[in-house]
Amino acid sequence: MSIAAEQSLAHFLEAPTRFLFFTGKGGVGKTSLACAAAIALADAGRRVLLVSTDPASNLDEVLGVRLTSTPTDIAAVPQLAALNVDPAAAATAYREKLVGPYRGTLPEAIVRSMEEQLSGACTMEIAAFDEFSRLLGEPAATADYDHVIFDTAPTGHTLRLLSLPGAWTGFLASSTTGNSCLGPLAGLEKQRGIYESALASLADGTRTTLVLVSRAQRAALAEAERTSNELAAIGVRHQRLILNGLFQAADSDPIALALQRRETQALQAAATFLTRMRFSKVPLRSQNLVGIPALRALVTADYFHAGSQPEGETSVAWPATETLTELVDGLAPAGRGVIMTMGKGGVGKTTIAAAIATELARRGFKVHLSTTDPAAHIAAAAGQITGMQVSRIDPQAETRTYVKQVMATAGKNLDANGRALLEEDLRSPCTEEIAVFRAFARTVAEGKDAFVVLDTAPTGHTLLLLDATEAYHREIARKASDVPEEVRQLLPRLRNGEFTRVLVVTLPEATPVHEAAALQLDLRRARIEPFAWVINQSLAESGSRDPLLLARGRGEVQFIREVVEQHSQRTALVPWVTEEPAGPECLQQLFQTATPH
Amino acid sequence: MNLNTLQIFDPAMCCSTGVCGPEVDTKLVQFAADLDWLKAQGVIVQRHNLSQNPAAFVENEAVKTALTERGEAALPVLFHNGRIAVTGRYPERSELAALLSLKATATPVPAKSSCCGDGSC
Repeated sequence: MSIAAEQSLAHFLEAPTRFLFFTGKGGVGKTSLACAAAIALADAGRRVLLVSTDPASNLDEVLGVRLTSTPTDIAAVPQLAALNVDPAAAATAYREKLVGPYRGTLPEAIVRSMEEQLSGACTMEIAAFDEFSRLLGEPAATADYDHVIFDTAPTGHTLRLLSLPGAWTGFLASSTTGNSCLGPLAGLEKQRGIYESALASLADGTRTTLVLVSRAQRAALAEAERTSNELAAIGVRHQRLILNGLFQAADSDPIALALQRRETQALQAAATFLTRMRFSKVPLRSQNLVGIPALRALVTADYFHAGSQPEGETSVAWPATETLTELVDGLAPAGRGVIMTMGKGGVGKTTIAAAIATELARRGFKVHLSTTDPAAHIAAAAGQITGMQVSRIDPQAETRTYVKQVMATAGKNLDANGRALLEEDLRSPCTEEIAVFRAFARTVAEGKDAFVVLDTAPTGHTLLLLDATEAYHREIARKASDVPEEVRQLLPRLRNGEFTRVLVVTLPEATPVHEAAALQLDLRRARIEPFAWVINQSLAESGSRDPLLLARGRGEVQFIREVVEQHSQRTALVPWVTEEPAGPECLQQLFQTATPH
Repeated sequence: MNLNTLQIFDPAMCCSTGVCGPEVDTKLVQFAADLDWLKAQGVIVQRHNLSQNPAAFVENEAVKTALTERGEAALPVLFHNGRIAVTGRYPERSELAALLSLKATATPVPAKSSCCGDGSC
């Protein structure tokens, strides 16, 4: 596949809109591309603000600068500034703004209880959303810049974030009684103009471009198409697609040919989508793009082959790791319990969860495979096998069920006005969070009797979920009312290493490993100790002799070593495989090793 | 002219409706419905949540004193026409009706058994 000049990234950036949103499945390289676009525009003399809204942002690492929630000038690129909307930090600032003035005025216990009320997932979501809307909807906030580029969170989260202005504006308009639950953002009404303006900006094709980033992989392309449709439905119709990391085999190496074939097949399968989208192509590099010179070269230099100069050395060695089979050998004896795969989006959590679940079912265990990721394609990944049940925690379905249940219990003795009032209150954005949380607790509880394999949502969302667990746990301890047993038991169960085995999934690359290490720290703060790490899609382990793939494989070794030596108790290394690992037969490939070491 | 005003100073909570949290707080849901009923009777109702509007608590000397003396246990504080009427609990509709000298159409009527729902027809 050749790169036509009119499809280059540089061309794409010739007439950019004021706002650019980069989105796509985790791991497709949207942060690198957002940075490259920001640098290219700044180099062309525009004033650019680069914004990350990802709770698990790696913008700091990619740019090599420590970012905060206010714009920081990037010294190496005049005209470029960047900021990171960290939901946790935004929530802290928001909380302090509300509580700070009352320290010393109100009793200490009262101040503490105010703080505690403003510590939940809801506050975090609302505070981050507030920041995001300010940048998009308040002209003064970005007046110093010609362009604002958003490196948005993985798709599921992006969708929530982008659809929020619509949902919330609708919610405010339909709230007639004025005492509805808006959670911690009581002053929301005052900000209404900003939210409406943010929504208008999103839908205006002369001001906003949605840049969908994908790899030439079935799941990533399907995700891009789904996002494209969903965002078009909420009014964001000005869209572009970038196909990132396209690979071309140098010779007849079977792994390289298989990789190239898989990409071609994936592109063919997405033909209808590709026909209607304007798109650009970016080739695979031998190294991952970290640092400003590499990012600058991404737009200016077209080096499909130039980046892949191999060295003569082909043998690589790394410390001892386990196979996926050996990892399952370690999990199986318990006979039950929860196995959770966690990690950044795009590292293959769903695939690893599906592989472990099918293997346990194959060994005769009863297994329930489920996910809390709204964007997961878990049924397609797992296929069907005797003894395994596959399900999905669907936020919308859970919310409907929960609302119905509340109306039937708490709403039972109310009069018609009271019921109408309660129904309206339940339209609060917090209701979904609570409904999903309860479904999560219910699924975890099933681990008492059988194996439950949970493919969790992308890291940032997972952390919000865990944080919700913590906040609710405190609330439960205080209220001790009609809380279901499974909810009461959730946190103790997650902390019990005999009951819950957390698998941190990563790729043998810099950013995924560092993000996984940060995730592990967060888990340890919540007193949850991971059972093992799984390093997925290893080219070094695949046995390929293709020069570019060999170069990438050599690049993996230092990260495999880092995981084994610094982060994990046990490490399973999973090879990159020639067939797309979906369905019980293809998942079997993951249990093989290609190279003895 | 009957100026019936009820002010409620709620403890710190996500929201006063009772729907936020691992389990819906039925007492709060009922109280919200009761306040809605009071409004329909022409009562002026104001609600302040400690976590959202702490200024109201500091500006009201009686509430501030109650908080300093009894801490969070003092909440909720119900003010009727500028005087403390109830502290530390949410009263039922009948009690609210008596307090505000309203005719006791107080018992909540289940939705489906009434032609118009609010018991006034």
